Amino acid sequence: MDYHSPASFAEASALAANATGITRFLAGGTDVLVQLRSELVTPDTLIDIKKIDGVRDINCNANGSWTLGVAATGAEMSEHPDLGRDWPGVVEAMDLIGSTQVQGRATLTGNLCNGSPAADSVPAMVAAGVTVTVTGPDGDREVAVEDIPIGPGKTSLVQGELISAVHIPARGDNGGDAYLRFIPRTEMDIAVVGVGVNLRLDGDTVTEARVSLGAVAPTVLLVEDCAKSIIGSTLDDAALDTLAAAASAACNPIDDKRGTIAFRTEVAGVLAKRAAKIAYARAKGEQA
Amino acid sequence: MALDDRKTQFTFVGTRPDRPDGLDKVTGRAKFGADISAPGMLHGAILRSPHAHARIVKIDTSKAEAHKDVKAVVTRADFAELPFQPGLEGEFWNVLENVMAGEKALYDGHAVAAVAATSALAARDALKLIEVEYEVLPHVTDVDKAMAPDAPVIREGAADYSVPEGMHPNIVRYHESGHGDVEAGFAEADLVIEDSFVTEATHQGYIEPHACLGMLGNDGKGELWCTTQGHWIAQKTCAALLGIETSQLRVTASEIGGGFGGKTTVFIEPVALALSRKANRPVKIVMTRSEVFRATGPTSSASMDIKIGMKKDGTISAAQGVFRLQGGAFPGAPGDMTAMCAFAPYNLTNVSQIGYDVMANRPKQAAYRAPGAPMGAFAVESVIDELCKKLGLDPVDVRLKNAAHEGTKASYGPTYERIGLVETLEAAKAHPHYSAPLKPGQGRGISCGFWFNHGGETSVSLALSEDGSAQLMVGTPDIGGSRASMALMAAEVLGIPYENIRVTIADTATLGYNDVSHGSRVTYASGLATIKAAKHAVEKLCERAAASWGIPADAVKWENGCAIPSGPNAGDFDPRPLADITAHMGQTGGPISGHFEATPEGAGVSFGTHIVDAEVDPETGKTAITRYTVIQDAGKAIHPTYVEGQYQGGAAQGIGWALNEEYVYGDDGRLQNSIFLDYRIPVASDLPMIDTVIVEVPNPGHPFGVRGVGETGIVPPLAAIANAVSHAAGVRMKQLPMSPPRILAALKDNG
Repeated sequence: MDYHSPASFAEASALAANATGITRFLAGGTDVLVQLRSELVTPDTLIDIKKIDGVRDINCNANGSWTLGVAATGAEMSEHPDLGRDWPGVVEAMDLIGSTQVQGRATLTGNLCNGSPAADSVPAMVAAGVTVTVTGPDGDREVAVEDIPIGPGKTSLVQGELISAVHIPARGDNGGDAYLRFIPRTEMDIAVVGVGVNLRLDGDTVTEARVSLGAVAPTVLLVEDCAKSIIGSTLDDAALDTLAAAASAACNPIDDKRGTIAFRTEVAGVLAKRAAKIAYARAKGEQA
Repeated sequence: MALDDRKTQFTFVGTRPDRPDGLDKVTGRAKFGADISAPGMLHGAILRSPHAHARIVKIDTSKAEAHKDVKAVVTRADFAELPFQPGLEGEFWNVLENVMAGEKALYDGHAVAAVAATSALAARDALKLIEVEYEVLPHVTDVDKAMAPDAPVIREGAADYSVPEGMHPNIVRYHESGHGDVEAGFAEADLVIEDSFVTEATHQGYIEPHACLGMLGNDGKGELWCTTQGHWIAQKTCAALLGIETSQLRVTASEIGGGFGGKTTVFIEPVALALSRKANRPVKIVMTRSEVFRATGPTSSASMDIKIGMKKDGTISAAQGVFRLQGGAFPGAPGDMTAMCAFAPYNLTNVSQIGYDVMANRPKQAAYRAPGAPMGAFAVESVIDELCKKLGLDPVDVRLKNAAHEGTKASYGPTYERIGLVETLEAAKAHPHYSAPLKPGQGRGISCGFWFNHGGETSVSLALSEDGSAQLMVGTPDIGGSRASMALMAAEVLGIPYENIRVTIADTATLGYNDVSHGSRVTYASGLATIKAAKHAVEKLCERAAASWGIPADAVKWENGCAIPSGPNAGDFDPRPLADITAHMGQTGGPISGHFEATPEGAGVSFGTHIVDAEVDPETGKTAITRYTVIQDAGKAIHPTYVEGQYQGGAAQGIGWALNEEYVYGDDGRLQNSIFLDYRIPVASDLPMIDTVIVEVPNPGHPFGVRGVGETGIVPPLAAIANAVSHAAGVRMKQLPMSPPRILAALKDNG
């Protein structure tokens, strides 16, 4: 196994482009090292990107948007004084992952690139409209988060490509987001269902919305029908019921050790309603 | 073994000093199974079957043997040849067959070969070089399917004498007991309920994986360090499996990071010794968590049919149960224990119970706290709860009305001596929890539970030092604070401070035989042995004082740590404290020690009653346990904090078993969830504060009145939680675990 710690993303990309066999990028390592230890994946090339300048930065840009380095950890996001005020759903979703120790290492980018449909931060990022910069042999491109995963454990990144930054849009006025997941316990578990909701209000009426589902299909889903069911409403019971039905209808889950098809389909609707209510309250400036 | 000088007033017993091993454990100084190394040590690793059931056609180890870092490879041929016998008679053969597969791999995770190499990584890599040719066979993992006529046969000839003719060969032991006439009893009942229940296998879930370091020379002399609940059984079993003399193998028990019954046998220890013998170097093996789940003892899964008749006043007129327990690919599932315990809390005129021990393609079940009893209690106490509900009766009152007491003929045969079930029920009724209001969506459940408790072979040695301190050697690994309890009991007899007594878990070379730390026996049996050994030393102390005073030994008594004349007629001498006598013991007859070796047989059965509140989210089926109270008879609590710890631990493990823990098998017979991420034991935030009430109805069989407390605490939770959840959800839950998908499905079915 070859270990590299490049000084730039261009160098990291070149190393990956020229590597043979299995290549893994190492930031927090909370997936890569676990897979290595349990012999699920034994990389031939391990490229440590933690030592690239700026990878742990969390910056608020002049227009109110945010740029996060790829090695910024969950703990650093939770402790940031302003990020959680703008995007509580994204920060809470990240914070649900693993233990206190894992939070000190885990990253949004790692969670995304692991390709799990049950990744907690991904539905929250999709709902928030987060994009990432992808650096490759041909330079940089910006890609929506929902376009990164293409199946369980698979991403749209090609050989030599890696994510080099995370961009969260400006929160703007009268907006709120929320992420809820179902687990049978109270912590330290993998989502059986996850729902991210991000919306904006004009008065009491929803004018923009993005709703995303996790762990109910081969990839995290951005569900247009869910958004449509609440845009134009005041999130009244009828709108919530339509939202729940749309969320359940979008599910294409599997039966496995973590949950059944029937359960995931039903609970996706339940959580969509609950998350929408929280996002709505946040958009109105209420505590939720 | 009742003692006629039972003590009722105590100085040290009943206090709560810090445990002697506490500092070592919180500072990381304590040495657990994996914390030891030896010069020249090799690392062992075990190759495991990926198939649930397969004939091993061929194992080619040549490539692994050629690996430059590999020093030994072993297969079944490297162990002793032991006689195969039916049932549990051939237990050494059964253990060997489990430790290293013979002709067939019998479950996913079954060991088929092992290597020792100069590093753990090299050992792991070398496993990939071993080529095993399997002929995959049909498999069965479900207990009811394993009994069906067309089920694949795990092993012909494994059934013992108890199994009636004509049953499937996978049924290997059969138990039937009871008394009275159940049919007549059902005819007298105002309401009869008959129902079926299922529980899935769960793992003991100890945090420390199995680990050992073995050294065995070509001269047949060996040393073994391992994490175990019983190093004498490890010694005896390893010696048998390796074909060496028992006494030539010295076994030392490490500190133990949990066992709960699962460390009462051997898995990796004989393998490390076999590798060591071949490599002539020490070999260390540490299991991964996945190996622990796949290849060490889960408890049995169960399928049960219960029929109970009740009169309008709550009297149980008849009770009948059939209990089918699956215990993996070997005899030993405790269907007999389940049957015997299921109705044991009740004074019944008519009772009948049948238990089956059934084999399937799963790992060999191991004991798990009160093995077999929790499943039976789940089924029986659920039906009693349903009867109470339908007849409009209070569930505590009904249990009080039927409760067993001194003189009751137990459902499993004997007549009870003084027992404390009624006291636990009265304490439950009086507890503020039982009358506290419930919020909407919440339900309350109660259940009783029973366990036999055990005595077992026990040796203890106590040696006094010149400075008046004492060292106590016991042979039962400390799995629940027993060193503190032993020191308290020795302090009570000797009359010297708790802190002046050092308790050591002696190795197999320095003390006589001791049974395993199981059966809730340690505080009872090693405690009784400690008291007797201390009294033995006190006799000698009194003899020395008598000699110094020139009076007969029986004219001296021991009081508050001093020898004193037994009365005015014995003479007028100043008391001689223990340290004063030991200071001169070298000149007055030599070292003073006390010993005890016997098999105490008055363990005293144990009962508990639990009260649980549960809240069910009707939209997701998720359960929260909002309040929990454990009430149990301890006889006499030697160290109340550790008694409470046992009560709370039983409830915590019961909550896991009831709600989310389960072995999940795929259609291919492979275990799907062999990591703690997907095998869901409760995390701290899943648990409420678990309240405890220690009831003390002294056990006549122990000098201080002790009854074991380690196991009974896990008997009532499954039923108590199921009753609470069923009330909260409005639908009777008959299958464990009551995971959210199961509860949500039951709610949907119920409309």
